[in-house]
Amino acid sequence: MPSDTILLLGVNHKTTPLAVREQLALGKGYAEPLHALHNIAGCKECYLLSTCNRVEILMIAHENDQVEDRVTELLFGTSVAPEQRQKYLYTYRNLEAVHHLFMVATSLDSMIVGEAQILGQLKEAYRHATEAKYTGPILNKLLHKSFSVAKRVRSETQIGASAVSISYAAVELAKKIFGTLEDKNVLLIGAGEMAELAAEHLVGQGVHQVVVVNRTLSRAMDLAKRFNGSAAPLEELFSQLEQADIVISSTGAPNIILHKQDMKPIMRARRNEPIFFIDIAVPRDLDPGLNDLDNVYLYDIDDLQNVVEVNKSERDKEAIKARRIVDEEALKFQAWLDGLAVVPTIAALRKKADDICQGELERTLCRLHLSPDEQKIIEKMALSISSKLLHDPVTYLKEENCRDQNNIKIEMIRAAFGLRVEL
Amino acid sequence: MMDETSHLLFYMVLGTSLLALVVYGVFFVNQQEKLRHLARKALLAAGVLQTLYILLRYFEAGYTPITSQHETIVFFAWSVTWAYLSFRWRYTVKNFGLFITAFVCILLLVASIAPRSINPLAPALQSLWLPVHAGVAVISYGFLALAFCGGIMYLLQEHELKSKRFGYFFTRLPSLDALDQLNSHCLAIGFVLLTLGIITGSIWARQAWGTYWHWDPKETWSLITWFLYAAQIHQRFSAGWRGKRAAVMAIIGFASVLFTLWGVTFLLGGIHSYAQ
Repeated sequence: MPSDTILLLGVNHKTTPLAVREQLALGKGYAEPLHALHNIAGCKECYLLSTCNRVEILMIAHENDQVEDRVTELLFGTSVAPEQRQKYLYTYRNLEAVHHLFMVATSLDSMIVGEAQILGQLKEAYRHATEAKYTGPILNKLLHKSFSVAKRVRSETQIGASAVSISYAAVELAKKIFGTLEDKNVLLIGAGEMAELAAEHLVGQGVHQVVVVNRTLSRAMDLAKRFNGSAAPLEELFSQLEQADIVISSTGAPNIILHKQDMKPIMRARRNEPIFFIDIAVPRDLDPGLNDLDNVYLYDIDDLQNVVEVNKSERDKEAIKARRIVDEEALKFQAWLDGLAVVPTIAALRKKADDICQGELERTLCRLHLSPDEQKIIEKMALSISSKLLHDPVTYLKEENCRDQNNIKIEMIRAAFGLRVEL
Repeated sequence: MMDETSHLLFYMVLGTSLLALVVYGVFFVNQQEKLRHLARKALLAAGVLQTLYILLRYFEAGYTPITSQHETIVFFAWSVTWAYLSFRWRYTVKNFGLFITAFVCILLLVASIAPRSINPLAPALQSLWLPVHAGVAVISYGFLALAFCGGIMYLLQEHELKSKRFGYFFTRLPSLDALDQLNSHCLAIGFVLLTLGIITGSIWARQAWGTYWHWDPKETWSLITWFLYAAQIHQRFSAGWRGKRAAVMAIIGFASVLFTLWGVTFLLGGIHSYAQ
């Protein structure tokens, strides 16, 4: 067991351009690549993660020179020349591999730190590997641990809490104003691409209906069709504003199209129902003074950008906390693994003691002619002598503070107790 | 013996309420669900202990304990706690518990300073109307206190959204919509109870003093409070006074409640000022 290595090889969005990642032989599907990996000589357990941003192989292998080369060959196939491979590939062993896996699971290694998708992808990949029975005790423990580390990071840090893109930020703000978006009406002023993107996000939150107003009605109708909404000409803007809850404005107009004074009577007509304006046009469409009106909330593109920046710096702070958790958990896992190394020796030690006890008891008891009760007492005594004698060497093996010397300790105990036979 | 039990029970009430406050506070900072459940249990325990304390005092004194300052404030805290707990039963408003518990703790701390002696009941108060009138009035204050706390939270959150600088409160406070709904629900219940409190008071006044309405300072200020809330509710339905304006009005209305409860007693006096 101590000679097995946890080996992690992979490529991701940081090391490898998409064009190369697309060509990877292991990047498609799970069943066949996993099978091929498992057939590599020396591989005991294996697992493959393949997402659009990364392909990673995790393997418990009896390490010889060929394992790494064979995996690399499988990973790149014929798409990348062998001399090119090293600049894309990263390889980690043991503690580093565990650490990297935890970094991936907690999304600290993701393109967007804090995203929640990766954990699902990890679980999916693990499911494929377990279904084919390619994982064993170590990988099972390791992957389950990575899930719980990801959970711990989510609950103990705010890493996934804040929105780091403009359309996310808009949705988050809308939710702070309206609570739920489900019965809300969205009004798009102008049929630009940015507005479309933002609206897509809102529609994803299940808004009630979308209305598009535009100078040219036909474009408004095209866009409205995409959201199952309705279209109206720009002249109807004011009356549409009486119904809308969230307004996204992105016209190419050179001047402001909605002034504070225009909005006052509209707010009266709305009976002060709150309204959220998002102005993503440059130059701006909406009078900045709108924000001074009660129950009117106006955010322009700079405001949203600021929200995103603040969130990003918040998230970076949280990422440091998360990293500390990952470091800690990786070390804990290493400790578990090291503990595993002494298990066969402890078992052998106990077995030897047991065998000696049984042998000696048999020889002694048949000479003594004792009653069954007395026999039991003698048996008990023998067992407790042996277990008391074993207590110290076992504690010595299990001791946590000098795990790095485990191999020496194991050798010593094996030599001292004559456990030379390999298990 | 009973006296000692009563003191002990009061300190238990104070202790559990402060515990709930501390746990709600820690939850506010680190947002861990476990703590929220713990805090709610602590507050529920505090509510039960408050009830027991009031009952114990009822048996000790032989009348409904809403006459001295200490009794009134404890009853006020009790009504805020249970108004919140009954409310919470229907829906949750994020971190509302912290603000409510803080208010309850302030009340209880004030109550702990006020003399706790049990005085013989003034002859004018020896009536079945005491629990009805005073009870209903103070319970209405409980709901109005919820609207007050909600109003403060609304102003904090609105400030975050308007200033576009998201500080500490933005993620920790609920949506404006939730707070506005809270305001309208609490005011509706509080206002009905306040009206009942004034009506029962006036019937009792007819029996005790001979006329329905005396223009005693306490009566006058109750009426002012009532008009403040009535105007606000009327405006919400007719002119759409919601959001910030409703929040500000809830705070002003509650200031008037507090003045009716204490300001009148200590500054203006009058025959209604029993609790000195």
